[in-house]
Amino acid sequence: MKPASFAYFAPHIVEEALALLAEHGGDAKPLAGGQSLVPTMNFRLAQPAALVDLNGIDELFYIREDKNGLRFGAMTRQRTVERSPLAQRHTPLLYEAMPHIAHAQIRNRGTIGGSLAHADPAAELPALAIALDARMRVRSATGSRWIAARDFYVGLFATDMRPDELLVEVAFPDLPPRTGWAFDEVARQHGNYALCGAAATVTLADDGAVERMRLIFLSVGEGPVEAAQAQTLLTGEQPTPMAIRAAAETAAAQDIDPVGDIHAGPAFRRHLAQVLAARVLTRAARKG
Amino acid sequence: MQLNHTITLIVNGQQYMRSVEPRLLLSDFLRHQLGLTGTHVGCEHGVCGACTVVLDNEAVRSCLLFAVQANGREVATVEGLSSGLHPEQLHPLQIGFWEAHGLQCGYCTPGILMTLVPFLRENPNPTATEIRDLLSGNICRCTGYQKIVEAVQSGAKLIQEGSS
Ligand SMILES: Cc1cc2nc3c(=O)[nH]c(=O)nc-3n(C[C@H](O)[C@H](O)[C@H](O)COP(=O)(O)OP(=O)(O)OC[C@H]3O[C@@H](n4cnc5c(N)ncnc54)[C@H](O)[C@@H]3O)c2cc1C
Ligand code: FES
Ligand code: FES
Repeated sequence: MKPASFAYFAPHIVEEALALLAEHGGDAKPLAGGQSLVPTMNFRLAQPAALVDLNGIDELFYIREDKNGLRFGAMTRQRTVERSPLAQRHTPLLYEAMPHIAHAQIRNRGTIGGSLAHADPAAELPALAIALDARMRVRSATGSRWIAARDFYVGLFATDMRPDELLVEVAFPDLPPRTGWAFDEVARQHGNYALCGAAATVTLADDGAVERMRLIFLSVGEGPVEAAQAQTLLTGEQPTPMAIRAAAETAAAQDIDPVGDIHAGPAFRRHLAQVLAARVLTRAARKG
Repeated sequence: MQLNHTITLIVNGQQYMRSVEPRLLLSDFLRHQLGLTGTHVGCEHGVCGACTVVLDNEAVRSCLLFAVQANGREVATVEGLSSGLHPEQLHPLQIGFWEAHGLQCGYCTPGILMTLVPFLRENPNPTATEIRDLLSGNICRCTGYQKIVEAVQSGAKLIQEGSS
């Protein structure tokens, strides 16, 4: 099918984009890489009256170092992150997980901000943002605010942003010392959306016990899911194979409530969650 | 209907100026307005890879771009690869596909070739695993992929021989 007609705007600065979003209320949508938005428009699942194309706004394309870590302009292409030595050094978990997102041709256009804003429960970036304590900066014609990644996601394809707000920047802090990280997922074919995925960071205390950990799943809920009970269970414990196994079992049994779809049923998703949790926790604890 | 936009772009080295509706996909623009039907359309949601073209040196899905977005940009399609229709005028990669039987019906081939052209510039001597990984975004219902991997390897060799 073909998209329904819409008015097209190509602003060059953020203020202009914000003014257009304010003027059109909820009828206008920002167009980032278009790798999720255009397919839904082609199938007429989305019929926005206007598109505000962000691709001409140079100030939204950057990766910058600051004293806390890295800042990514919302329009930074996924492929740029995948090739960035800065990302490799500061956010190795993000760097390692990038190739799991779709295919090279998609990542050439797809942006970090577009994926974070789209809030697909099967997407990698929202889960990684929570695992890494990222913060999002959103702007509107009337102001700017920061939102912690874990407060950003509020439901299926839903974020805390208003329709007149634009995600302009994501800040990823450096990992604390003695912190290991790992990401893994299972997809039917490389590049497809994962049936289940898991990201972990584990900080070890001087005695080797887990001081702090994050275990975040994708594709098992309405958004990224934090394994709160597993986190409580393992914190303070030595990360032995037995303790990790118990945490993974708790995560799969109690922290998630996956629904079935044509790709996988709930039981299979729970099984994958348990296997993946054990894998990423083991790898993260070893690196910590 | 929305107002048309006038766009100027370069396709395969030639400049075009056209008036387009914002909703016109780049794939449809190439096929219907410019008559460049070598760019194939399989799914229109980014999954099959048949519509892949090169936009300013990077392989992208032309079904997920609006033609207005290509304003001021440079596009390369499969038609630009060869200098003519004689076998000796083919691009070395096309010769590789011919010789190694890298295609049967050929529907997927233009998207695969346009994915490979920028990739081989960056990585002139890829392993079979790298080729498979790259082509995970291109669906072929005929060949079973094995011949495609061999075709890419022989094409890559021909490119290197030609440039040395
Ligand atoms: C075949 C295929 C396979 C894919 N596989 C995966 C996968 O495995 N994992 C994965 O995570 N993704 C996958 N994707 C999606 C891809 O990563 C998209 O690039 C991403 O989801 C959206 O980013 P985008 O820049 O293309 O955004 P767009 O498609 O342009 O926008 C997506 C949505 O976010 C809104 N938006 C965009 N930018 C902003 C902003 N700055 N502020 C506010 N709102 C904004 C848009 O209005 C739209 O509603 C796949 C896509 C395809 C076509
Ligand atoms: S037609 Fe564009 S990817 Fe299938
Ligand atoms: S040769 Fe027929 S689809 Fe690939």
